[in-house]
Amino acid sequence: MNNFVLLVVVILIAILIVAAAIGIAKLIAPRSYNPQKGEAYECGIPTRGKSWMQFKVGYYLFAILFLMFDVETVFLFAWAVVVQDLGIYGLLSVLFFLLILVLGLAYAWKKGALEWK
Amino acid sequence: MFDFGVVTSWIHAQLTSVMPEGLAVFLECVAIGVCLLLLYVVIAIIMIYMERKVCAAFQCRLGPQRVGKWGSLQVFCDVFKMLTKEIIIIRHSDKFLYNLAPYIVILASVMAFACIPINKGMEILDFNVGILFFMAASSIGVVGILLAGWSSNNKFSLIGAMRSGAQMISYELSIGLSILTIVVLTDTMQFSEIVMRQADGWFIFKGHIPAVIAFIIYLIAGNAEVNRGPFDLPEAESELTAGYHTEYSGMHFGLFYVAEFVNLFIISSIAATVFLGGWMPLHIPGLDGFNAVMDAIPGFIWFFAKALFVVWLLMWIKWTFPRLRIDQILTLEWKYLVPIGLLNLLLMVVVVVFKLHF
Repeated sequence: MNNFVLLVVVILIAILIVAAAIGIAKLIAPRSYNPQKGEAYECGIPTRGKSWMQFKVGYYLFAILFLMFDVETVFLFAWAVVVQDLGIYGLLSVLFFLLILVLGLAYAWKKGALEWK
Repeated sequence: MFDFGVVTSWIHAQLTSVMPEGLAVFLECVAIGVCLLLLYVVIAIIMIYMERKVCAAFQCRLGPQRVGKWGSLQVFCDVFKMLTKEIIIIRHSDKFLYNLAPYIVILASVMAFACIPINKGMEILDFNVGILFFMAASSIGVVGILLAGWSSNNKFSLIGAMRSGAQMISYELSIGLSILTIVVLTDTMQFSEIVMRQADGWFIFKGHIPAVIAFIIYLIAGNAEVNRGPFDLPEAESELTAGYHTEYSGMHFGLFYVAEFVNLFIISSIAATVFLGGWMPLHIPGLDGFNAVMDAIPGFIWFFAKALFVVWLLMWIKWTFPRLRIDQILTLEWKYLVPIGLLNLLLMVVVVVFKLHF
């Protein structure tokens, strides 16, 4: 059978699992109303300020680094499938590709982007 | 090896003989959907039960044993308890994203789950770019976790989600690089084809040194990818209460819990498929009698045995090592695993190009 038809089936099943679980829970679970329940679960005292605020930039730095390497992995997948036919030529060509990437990683390392400050 | 494709094509032939083609395909889709649903739920239940028993064994306890024989019905009780808990949505949360997050987490997990080849002819999604699809599907999960933490409007959740985001995307690289080494060895990305290539020896044996290094990197990165074990920072219960799902209650929380356990199984079964031969039996060259006995064991038993063995290994790691700090986690990934992974990839290419593999 066509894989893409099955993919639609799989996605529908995933949605069904969540919808059914939450639906059943909403049907049979007891409900009581209390304004205290709507509060954020932090330390018992009222929360100070919103949580949607400026956040540590270190996490985003790793996200940017990840982007670089993830795109690289996608390129490498296309190469990995044919490397046996390419032989030594495939090895040499990817060597240069990886060299440039490793230089990028080395630069980030040298600049201290990998340190957690 | 028993080919399950015979059964599916027989069912297809029987159905098309009594009804039009479109209706038959529709019925088959429904049947596949039901099977997937049942398998997903059963795997989740087995994993939760196994986690409890294995954890208890590592801590010299007995674990659940009151409900049913050996406590086997405990998990069902827990599911029922979960279903009868009220779902609370806190006042200041972003309601739409808050409700959307469990859908995305489960969607990623089910899509990755459908890729796994359980037996010959018994795989649901079998793309020719299967590994790429698997990685793409499983990485959607991080979006769900980030959404869950962000929309809760709770500082614990936010910190947990951010840690989880940084950790999961970082370790995805290592998973990619370690699987890539095996793709170099097989020159295919289709899961069923990868398993077929291991008929004369599992890749962990065929690829010798680079494959073993890739397997170890994969186990470490896979453990971090499912937020477990020494890498459970996103939900570090002693510092962040429950991390990104602090504000989720009842079945909402249950879905995150189930997705986490099924993800553990998915990571283990991909390790079993790519490195340990999937449903292929163990063969030792020269011992024909032994090989015949191994062949008699059905493929799906081999698959589940290998996958559960890897799960057990990851549980062992989880209950043995203390939790790492966030800077240690990121250092381990970016300063050790990524350079080692790249070098290992080159080593594998050298092995393949000069035909040094078995």
